[in-house]
Amino acid sequence: MSIEIEGVNKFFGDFAALTDINLTIPTGQLTALLGPSGGGKSTLLRVIAGLEEADTGRVTIEGNDATSLPVQKRNVGFVFQHYAAFKHLSVRRNIAFGLEIRKRPKAEVNAKVEELLELVHLTQWGDRKPAQLSGGQRQRMALARALAIEPSVLLLDEPFGALDAKVRKELRDWLRRLHDEVHVTTVFVTHDQEEALEVADQIVVINDGKIEQIGTPDDLYDRPASEFVLSFLGPVTRLGGDLIRPHDIEISRYEQASTAAGPITRWTRVGFEVRLEITPDDALHPEPVQVALTRTEARALDLNLGDRVWLRPAVGAQSVISG
Amino acid sequence: MSTLDTERPEPAPAQPPLRRRRPRRSTLTRASGVGLGLAVVWFSLLVLIPLAAVVIAAADGGWDTFVNTITDGDTAAAIRLTVAEAALVTIVNVVMGTVIAWVLVRDRFPGKRVLEVVIDLPFALPTIVAGLVLLSLYGPDSPVGVNVVNTRQGIFLALLFVTLPFVVRTVQPVLLELDAEVEEAAASLGASRATTFRRIILPALAPAIAAGASLAFARAISEFGSLVLIAGNQPRNTEVASLKILKYIEGDQQAAAASVAVLLLLVAVVVIVALDLISRRVAARG
Repeated sequence: MSIEIEGVNKFFGDFAALTDINLTIPTGQLTALLGPSGGGKSTLLRVIAGLEEADTGRVTIEGNDATSLPVQKRNVGFVFQHYAAFKHLSVRRNIAFGLEIRKRPKAEVNAKVEELLELVHLTQWGDRKPAQLSGGQRQRMALARALAIEPSVLLLDEPFGALDAKVRKELRDWLRRLHDEVHVTTVFVTHDQEEALEVADQIVVINDGKIEQIGTPDDLYDRPASEFVLSFLGPVTRLGGDLIRPHDIEISRYEQASTAAGPITRWTRVGFEVRLEITPDDALHPEPVQVALTRTEARALDLNLGDRVWLRPAVGAQSVISG
Repeated sequence: MSTLDTERPEPAPAQPPLRRRRPRRSTLTRASGVGLGLAVVWFSLLVLIPLAAVVIAAADGGWDTFVNTITDGDTAAAIRLTVAEAALVTIVNVVMGTVIAWVLVRDRFPGKRVLEVVIDLPFALPTIVAGLVLLSLYGPDSPVGVNVVNTRQGIFLALLFVTLPFVVRTVQPVLLELDAEVEEAAASLGASRATTFRRIILPALAPAIAAGASLAFARAISEFGSLVLIAGNQPRNTEVASLKILKYIEGDQQAAAASVAVLLLLVAVVVIVALDLISRRVAARG
């Protein structure tokens, strides 16, 4: 097992940033640490890297006890949200930095740098300064810089957090493919559940300094261990005392055996998706029920604002928890 | 292997790959033209014309006067002393000023705020007062038994005193702006604290250190007030250039005074340009 974390606690003054963390991160996989801001996921990543020292507990990287090793000796690649580029050095020399420190022969450094430039698609930008690159390019440079030292683990702290939506999407597709090529054990921190679900092999949900659940994206989405995980991984609504995803509700214009009934009180269209709010008239539903369906479905059902509709959980609907 | 191959990488700020000399075209609007005019007039009245006047005054006596003045034993000694002391003081300031700025920015300790204010005192004090302050502690009636009056050490001390804030104050804001993550990135790549300082922090500070050093040097070769009381003004021993200029003027030797002034001006320009070049070197090296 690549990274073992046992009984890690970390306090900042009175604030418990991490409470009794036990976690195994498998070799060669892409693991996401997912959770809300201030939940402790970045702190955990920094503890793994050695940028932060845990108050108690052990960190083992590839079988070696790294608990008391300084960051310089851990052989981890770390990528920061805001790139942390060496501004006075060209892209090439940024990438070469770790190898130059290790006093590798010049020819070897140059060859490795060219190979990495190729890998991150920055060959033609090698002589630029970081300030002359876009955000996405800078982050790819930071990634190449971290990979240059051939780290045993690659740690990314909200790597795409500072980029705009389109570039973010491109880069995470690219990261997934890069990982399939390079196979370095990778841990990345994100607060974006879509990013985690799309990219990760394994997701660790962290909230309030504790691990809420560990599992594959499917595990977490379909079998959330807690209300927190359910609601953090996607939209939820309450139907007849259960929590359910809005797209798992069946909607009908005709009276039928149903869990709730009421008029459509709100209609929002977001691209291909239509989001409805239905306000049932029974006491079981003090708040409106959210329903999501595609625009095609909404048109086929001939739904309109104000129509009275009947709702029930769709057949095979998952992620239902008695609330 | 990736979509990024096919679509263009995100557009970077346009800049040709080869640094080509771009034709310099004026971007002046009417308003900024007036501003520029005002700036040039102001600068000319205050700086350029008086400077030119000094050069002309020096030229007045002819080339012989200039050469005779600056090769005169006493004067040459005064200029050498001044430049040597200023250079030494600048070197000490570069090191100590950076250290003090580092302590002020990176460390937390009681009395930090007080120190912040006190740093500026040598700068805020009239220099004659600075001389008086030093005289009372390191003068003939020194309570600690150290008398530096009439010695070169005294000059060195006075110059250190008045130039202390320059490097501190230029380096401090740059150090404040430095991104802690950059240092962490260097550490994660295996760089020790010393290597990180040398290859990452120092290049970022170099321009600020050079600016502070230029100010300190310029101040040191021109210092007058604090030295009047301390230096003792013995020719070929503790007489500095600024006091020599005063002596020439008092002796009604305008051309000689101007000659020394011009030489000091040249030295200052050379040193400031040199410091700038060095800082560019360091900043680009890393």
